[in-house]
Amino acid sequence: MERIEESIMKKREIISTLQSRIAEDILNLPEKIITPDEPLISSGLIDSFSLVDLSILIEDIFKVIIDDTELNSDVFDTLDQLAILIFSRYK
Amino acid sequence: MTLNFSNKFLNQVAVFPDKQILRMLIDGKYIHLTYKDIFEGACRYEHALLKAGINSGEVVILILPHGLDLIFAYFGVILNGSIPSIMPFLTEKLIAEKYRKDLKSLIETSKPSALITFPDFKDEIKHLKSYNSSLGAVIISNEIGLNHELDGEILKHTGLLQLDDEIALLQHSSGTTGLQKGVALSHKAIFNHLESYQAALKINNDDVIVSWLPLYHDMGLIAGFILPLLYGIPLVLMSPFDWVKAPYKLMQAVSKYKGTLCWLPNFAYNFCAKKIRDRDLANVDLSSLRAVTNCSEPMRFSSHEMFIKRFKPFGLKEDALATSYAMAENVFAVTQAGIDSPITYDEVDLKSLQENKTANPVKNGNRSVVMVSAGRPISDVEVKIVDTSGDFLDERKIGEIVIRSNCMLNGYYNRDDITRKSFIDGWFKTGDFGYIADQEIYISGRKKDLIIIGGKNIYPKDLETIAMGVEGVHPGRVVAFGVYNEYKGTEDVVIIAEIEVEFLNNKEQIIENIRKKITRESAITVRTILIVGKKWLIKTSSGKIARALNKNKYIKEINSNV
Repeated sequence: MERIEESIMKKREIISTLQSRIAEDILNLPEKIITPDEPLISSGLIDSFSLVDLSILIEDIFKVIIDDTELNSDVFDTLDQLAILIFSRYK
Repeated sequence: MTLNFSNKFLNQVAVFPDKQILRMLIDGKYIHLTYKDIFEGACRYEHALLKAGINSGEVVILILPHGLDLIFAYFGVILNGSIPSIMPFLTEKLIAEKYRKDLKSLIETSKPSALITFPDFKDEIKHLKSYNSSLGAVIISNEIGLNHELDGEILKHTGLLQLDDEIALLQHSSGTTGLQKGVALSHKAIFNHLESYQAALKINNDDVIVSWLPLYHDMGLIAGFILPLLYGIPLVLMSPFDWVKAPYKLMQAVSKYKGTLCWLPNFAYNFCAKKIRDRDLANVDLSSLRAVTNCSEPMRFSSHEMFIKRFKPFGLKEDALATSYAMAENVFAVTQAGIDSPITYDEVDLKSLQENKTANPVKNGNRSVVMVSAGRPISDVEVKIVDTSGDFLDERKIGEIVIRSNCMLNGYYNRDDITRKSFIDGWFKTGDFGYIADQEIYISGRKKDLIIIGGKNIYPKDLETIAMGVEGVHPGRVVAFGVYNEYKGTEDVVIIAEIEVEFLNNKEQIIENIRKKITRESAITVRTILIVGKKWLIKTSSGKIARALNKNKYIKEINSNV
C-alpha cells in the first residue's frame, strides 16, 4: 500500500516538473498551465520542431531516454501518459 | 532528339540498370534501390494510370507519405506523360475539414485527372469526390498490381513523346494561397536549369547528395530528388518527419555514405547545432561534405558560425558552407556561392541600409549588419535590381530583384492572370528586395507580406482569416507577420487581434482559441498572440490592415528586443 502511495507521489512530482519546464522551456509561455490530460502532440501544442527538445529535456531532468521513434502521440500525448512512461523507466 | 524526363530516365535505366542510385531510410533501415528497381516500381504506377484512362498532359496529384511509393508513383506519372504534383498529406494535427477545403481549391485550379494516395486517406477521398466533380480517377497505393505485366499489356511510356516545351511538373507551396498558384515547369526549363546548376556546383563522380527535405518543396524536389535521379548522382533520402525528431540522422547518413552535397534552410543550421547530442555523433565523420547550401529562407551569419562551431570537431570543413538564392519559378537556383571560393560576408552600415536603401560598407565603428552573399547568378540566369518604376538600379542600391533566364516557369498553372502580373518587360518580379555588390547578390527583405518558417512559405492572409473565425475577434482587425528569432534561426509568427468590447474579460480564452484554431487549420504553432484595444492596429488609406506598419509598431512598442 505504501509503495503505491509512494508511486503516486512520484508521478505527481514528475507531472508538476514537466508542467512548469515544458511551459517555460519549450512553449515559451511560462504562465500557461498544462493540465495532465491535455493533448500535447496531437493538438500541436508541442510542434514537431520541439519534440526533440522534449526528449532532451526529459533526459536532462530525469535521466530517462525517450527514443526518437517514440516521439509521437501513439506512445504518449498527455502529461499523465508521459509521466507514466518516465516513471516506468526510472532506474 | 527532344530531351524529356522520360527519355533521360529511361536512358539511365538502360545504361546503368544495377547502379544503386537511391538509399532511402525507412523505419530505421536503409533500403537500396537501383535504377531497375525504380523503373519497375514506376511501371506499376504507369500501368495503373493507363488502366484508369489517364492521358499524357493531364495533371496527377500525389498525396503519399515520404516513402518508396512516392518515388515510384512520381516516375510512373512521368512515364505516362502526365504531369505530377506532390501535395503535403494530412497530418493528425490538421483538421480534415480545413485540409479538404485547401484540396478543393487546389483541385479547382489544377483540375487533376487523377489522385494517387495511400490507404489511410481513402475515407478522405469519398468526401473530396462528393463535391469535386472534376476529380477523376483515384489510385490507392496498395491496390495497384504488383507486376506491370499482369494483364500482358505492353507499357507505351507515352512520356517519351513529350515535347520539351510541354509541362513536366507542377509545384505548389502550401496553404490556401500557395495551393492556388501551381508553378508549371517545362522539360526544357528543368534541363536548362539542371545543366547550369550542375556546372555551378561542379558536380563530379564522387558526389553523393544527402537530403531530408520534403519533395513538395522546390529545394527537396529539384536538388534532393530530380537532379540526382536524372543525372545519376547517388542520393541518400530520409523523411522530414524522421529528421525533425532525430536531426543526428542526417549527420550519420553523411558519415556512412560519404555525402558531399546537402541543402538546408537556415533554421536547420541552428536546429542541428543545438539539438544533436554528442553520443549521437560518436564516430561521425563529416569531412566528405564539400557544399552545405543554405537556401530558401533568409541566411544568417550567426547560423553559419553556430553550425561550424558544433560540427568542425567532427570533420566539417569551414569552406563547405555554401549559399543559394532560389525559387520554384526559376526551377530552383538563381545564384550559388561557396563552391570555388568561400562565401562573401558583407558588413554594411545599418543606418544607410535602413534609411537610404543603400548597402554601404561600414566605416568608423558605426552600427552594422553582416549580410550573407547568395553568390553570383548561375549561367543563363540574369539578375537585376529595379526601383518601384522598374528602372535598373546601381550597385549597392536596394530594390526589387528581377530575373530573366532560360529556365523560367511556363506560368502559374491555369492562372494566366497571376502569370501576367509577375513579369515586367520580360523580367520576372521576385518580390524579394536586395542589392548587388561585385556581381554577387544579397537578399535584404521581401516586398510580399510573406512569413518564412523553416523554409516554408506562409501567407499572413491565411492566418488572419483563421484568427478572424474565432468568436470575439473583430472581423477585419487581425494582423499576422513574422519576426526573426535569433535562437531558432527562422521567423516566429506574431498575431495581433482587436476584440469586441464585450469579450474583453475573456482575453486569455480568446488567445487560447486563436492558438488552437491556427494549429488545427494550418499546422503552424503560434507563440505570440496579442490582444489589443480598439484602433490599435494601423490601417492603410484604403482601409486594409498595414502589415509592415503594424510590425514596426509591435517592435517599437512591445518587443524592442527584436
